Amino acid sequence: MSAPNKSYDPVEVEALKPAEIERMRDEALAAFAAAGDLEALAHAKVAHTGGTSPLSLANREIGALPPQAKAEAGKRVGQARGVVSKALAARQAELEAERDARVLVEEAVDVTLPHDRVPAGARHPLTTLSERIEDVFTAMGYEVAEGPEVETEWLNFDALNIAADHPARGEHDTFFVAGTDGGGGTTQAEGSGGSSGVVLRTHTSPVQIRSMLDREPPVYVICPGRVYRTDDLDATHTPVFHQVELLAVDEGLTMADLKGTLDHMVQALFGEGMKTRLRPNFFPFTEPSAEMDMVCYVCRGESVGNPDRPCRTCSSEGWIELGGCGMVNPKVLVACGVDPEKYSGFAFGFGIERMLMFRHNVEDMRDMVEGDVRFTRPFGMEI
Amino acid sequence: MRVPLSWLREYVDLPATETGRDVQTKLIAAGLEVETVEQLGAGLKGPLVVGKVLTIEELTEFKKPIRFCTVDVGKANGTGEPQEIVCGARNFAVGDKVVVVLPGAVLPGDFAIAARKTYGRTSHGMICSGDELGMGDDGSGGIIVLPPEVEVGTDAIQLLELVDEVLDIAVTPDRGYCLSMRGVAREAAIAYGLALRDPALLDVPAPNSFGYPVKVADPIGCDRFTARTVVGLDPEARSPIWLQRRLQKAGMRPISLAVDITNYVMLELGQPLHAYDRSRIDGPIGIRRAEQGEKFTTLDGAKRVLDAEDLVITDNRGPIGLAGVMGGANTEIADHDDTAGATTEVVIEAAHFDAVSIARTARRHKLASEASKRFERGVDPQAAAAAAQRTVDLLVLLAGGTAEAGVTEVVAPSAPRTISMPADHPDRVAGVDYGRETVVRRLQEVGCDVYGQDELVVTVPSWRPDLAAPNDLAEEVIRLEGYENLPSTLPRPPAGRGLTERQRLHRRAGRALAGAGFVEAPNYPFISEAVFDQLGLDAGDPRRSVVKLVNPLSDEEPALRTTLLPGLLGALRRNDGRGSHDLALFETGLVFRPTGEETVPGRLPVDRRPTDEEIAALNAALPHQPRRVATVLAGAREQAGWWGKGRPADWADAVESARTVARESGVELTVRADQHAPWHPGRCAALYATVDGEETLVGHAGELHPRVTKALGLPERTCAMEVELDLLERAGEGVLQAPRISTFPVATQDVALVVPQDVPTAEVEQVLREGAGELLESIRLFDVFVGSQIGEGKKSLAYALRFRAGDRTLTVEEASAARDAAVALAAERTGAVLRGA
Repeated sequence: MSAPNKSYDPVEVEALKPAEIERMRDEALAAFAAAGDLEALAHAKVAHTGGTSPLSLANREIGALPPQAKAEAGKRVGQARGVVSKALAARQAELEAERDARVLVEEAVDVTLPHDRVPAGARHPLTTLSERIEDVFTAMGYEVAEGPEVETEWLNFDALNIAADHPARGEHDTFFVAGTDGGGGTTQAEGSGGSSGVVLRTHTSPVQIRSMLDREPPVYVICPGRVYRTDDLDATHTPVFHQVELLAVDEGLTMADLKGTLDHMVQALFGEGMKTRLRPNFFPFTEPSAEMDMVCYVCRGESVGNPDRPCRTCSSEGWIELGGCGMVNPKVLVACGVDPEKYSGFAFGFGIERMLMFRHNVEDMRDMVEGDVRFTRPFGMEI
Repeated sequence: MRVPLSWLREYVDLPATETGRDVQTKLIAAGLEVETVEQLGAGLKGPLVVGKVLTIEELTEFKKPIRFCTVDVGKANGTGEPQEIVCGARNFAVGDKVVVVLPGAVLPGDFAIAARKTYGRTSHGMICSGDELGMGDDGSGGIIVLPPEVEVGTDAIQLLELVDEVLDIAVTPDRGYCLSMRGVAREAAIAYGLALRDPALLDVPAPNSFGYPVKVADPIGCDRFTARTVVGLDPEARSPIWLQRRLQKAGMRPISLAVDITNYVMLELGQPLHAYDRSRIDGPIGIRRAEQGEKFTTLDGAKRVLDAEDLVITDNRGPIGLAGVMGGANTEIADHDDTAGATTEVVIEAAHFDAVSIARTARRHKLASEASKRFERGVDPQAAAAAAQRTVDLLVLLAGGTAEAGVTEVVAPSAPRTISMPADHPDRVAGVDYGRETVVRRLQEVGCDVYGQDELVVTVPSWRPDLAAPNDLAEEVIRLEGYENLPSTLPRPPAGRGLTERQRLHRRAGRALAGAGFVEAPNYPFISEAVFDQLGLDAGDPRRSVVKLVNPLSDEEPALRTTLLPGLLGALRRNDGRGSHDLALFETGLVFRPTGEETVPGRLPVDRRPTDEEIAALNAALPHQPRRVATVLAGAREQAGWWGKGRPADWADAVESARTVARESGVELTVRADQHAPWHPGRCAALYATVDGEETLVGHAGELHPRVTKALGLPERTCAMEVELDLLERAGEGVLQAPRISTFPVATQDVALVVPQDVPTAEVEQVLREGAGELLESIRLFDVFVGSQIGEGKKSLAYALRFRAGDRTLTVEEASAARDAAVALAAERTGAVLRGA
């Protein structure tokens, strides 16, 4: 950098003449405008704003001017450099935008390409439907209770008021477990039971019994699970199926409470306005007992007597059979040590397979038991 | 119970406009399960008339004998001329009265009748069989031959009561009384609020000492025995048309007059009856338990070996009937065409037997008869005398018999059954204010006598043995007031705690596996023990110890699963066979493992809670039933596609599926090489977790043994995992402690270690972690290399180590020191050498 020189005449410094500054500025502006891409602009940038560019050199000369001339020259050069730098930034932005637009076009892909690299898994609809029902009741304060599938006859039958000679015992087509004497070859006469006193549970009711034996009333439990009957597998039967049963034991429970609980359940599962209907029936473990139907959630009963609008789901009956229910037979309470003078209870149970069939229009029971991935996959994680 | 509507109307004046469907609706609401309403004679249109066969010409030129007949149908054909009809049946003769359908008529099944040429003649109508008229089986095997007294030209639709409706009712075990017209009529009368004409209200002569002698040796098994005698029966007498038709409509076959009458009275009153040929009984009738091993032939011709619990009817020679179940061949009523001569004298039995005894006998001999069905469910003991009387009356009326004056009645004394109940009990059961008046009225309607004000004393009717407790009476009131009128209220359970940890884990495991691409496939637990050989299990493998069924669906699969794999592999094979080859399946479920110490539970009472010891004894009778989870994989785990190559499922996917499940219970599995069937001995991982403070084997994973895939017909290189979910739940660490997150910069160091091939990588990683110390934030194996550069029998493991401190920025020196310490420990413990060093 030069030292101050008081005798120096600014007019004599060619580079700081106004016309010269303007020329440098205009040359820079022209070069930027002429730069067709970012690379050219980078060159122009070095040439016109770099340390050896004319304007930088001119700027350097200012220091050598006499004090009185510095201000004016400084202002002139500064303005020119300001304009140049602005123009550079503008051109830079312009060219970057052009480049980006071009690159993004080049990077475009076919977004319709499939991506089934690892096909989705799924849970079985029987599992998820059962859970959905459980959730309705856990939200109301019920517990989910579970129990063994190989069960004693006392828990599966006797405690439920199905004594050995009760006609209802014969109606449950029961798998009997052989004794552990090795072969288990004691082929019992049909229906006479195994000597082991152990069966595959024919319903989840033994879980109700276990729940009452396990805890003091009030008892509010929902018992989902696999149960077994000696039916052959066909389009509408399966020897292994799933039930959900409910048990409520408390002071002052009534049949109206049972009805309300059922109504609530079908509304939660099938939507507003759904309701149930009770028809008298007989079960040894409940008294009074009822068969429960729900209004057809598809036609809402409008197909009845209306041949123009037949309903496949309910066969134009207007109602769909759900299962059995009733007030817990006081004898059952007694067998579980619950005082029937103080407590009453209600219970119901139904098959999940059946509900899955009418809720999702499944035509053949076998589809639910064969584990074909084409059946299960569409059901996904929840139902 | 099949109930013809026309018959029902005999006891209840149902409005004439009520259809079978209307009655069905009412009875269903009252609790009778009316399954169907059959429309008899639907679409039937005449002319259908009585004709008399005038001539029969046998046509012999055809493959089967054919008859060309002329039949007098009176004026029914408009001309009065004989009707020419071709007929294939042969069970009739000239002069017989038959049913003739004329051209223009329509038979059930939309079968329009017209004159048509057949077998070279023109047939102007048809001579009808019962089948063609929708009458059901009449046992004739041919056309209907009518009694000679019916007049030619009579409308046969009316004569044979062909148009009717029949309600088919599935009677529940508590409603034995509805296995009779009387019982159903009672329910219909209540449902319609009409009077019942009770067919059991008959004048019955008082018992006397000169009836047929009867000795009841077991008054508990038989608390009532009525015997009546009718003599002088006309052996030629047949059941009249109305009687035959009612039996047919009710689903029974007419057999002979005496038998038909006993069946008819049983249908009407619900009392099973038996008619013995008096000439074939030797001495007094006795009722006793059979002797063990005693032999006896029932009416159906079956020789039976009796049990000491069976109740039998006897004469001097031995059993003549299996009480309440079936009569004996030795005293059977003889038919009119019986060679030994038809029965002309009968002894009528109307008895009451113990329900349980009959149920056991029927089950023991696999002999469910109309009689046993009724006795099992409870028969009205008070109706026995009336039923005997009704039978006698019909035998006199229809068979020209004479009732003998002797009336035998052996009755064990019994008091009417009463139930005490607060008058508001039905209200409290239902949650409805019926009020005392309604309760009393409804109970009276079902036949109860009711006394008392706030506390009712209810005497139940003899035909309702099912009414035994206050709730039974409550049900009667509530059903008659209408279940449909119950209000809908919600109870208020105490606040709940949601699902248990075990239940949540079960759900999470399923979700995690489905999220990883596995499809759930629950399977039946029935297996064949042969599968253990296919799985290559050792002779002493505990999985071979199974729970067996006495009555399996298939003799091939008598055992319950001890592992989930056979079922799940079956599902894999089924899917593969159906064209899905890239498969990842899972199942959660119970397996059944005998404890070897199962006891036979004693008979526990039900009139009290079992003691804790008794409950423990019940549970001791059961096998161990833990919940497991299994996965199986075959084909591609990752599909090939535009993104590049696919990747076949391998052992590592199986192991990873176990880790996926374990993560859900917050458990880090320890993996070790193992040799365990059915897995490939070099590709089998044993999986361990810390359960109750001890390292415990929780399952296995890997590739299946090639012999197993071959034996089971599985795709090659099928992989599988099975883990005990209940153990994982117990291994869970409980509430997770949140990690401390440092915001200081990370220092990354990579190391490549050369170790002998047989050193498990898990061990190397373990040692590196230990050696690196607290500054180590994470370690990741990013490459495994095997090649000549690093020497035979060696492998190179490349790890990325990330170091970070919680309170400062680490210097390069600190990070390097930690790495060096890690490598040094690895060298010491595993013989690792830093690659390139």
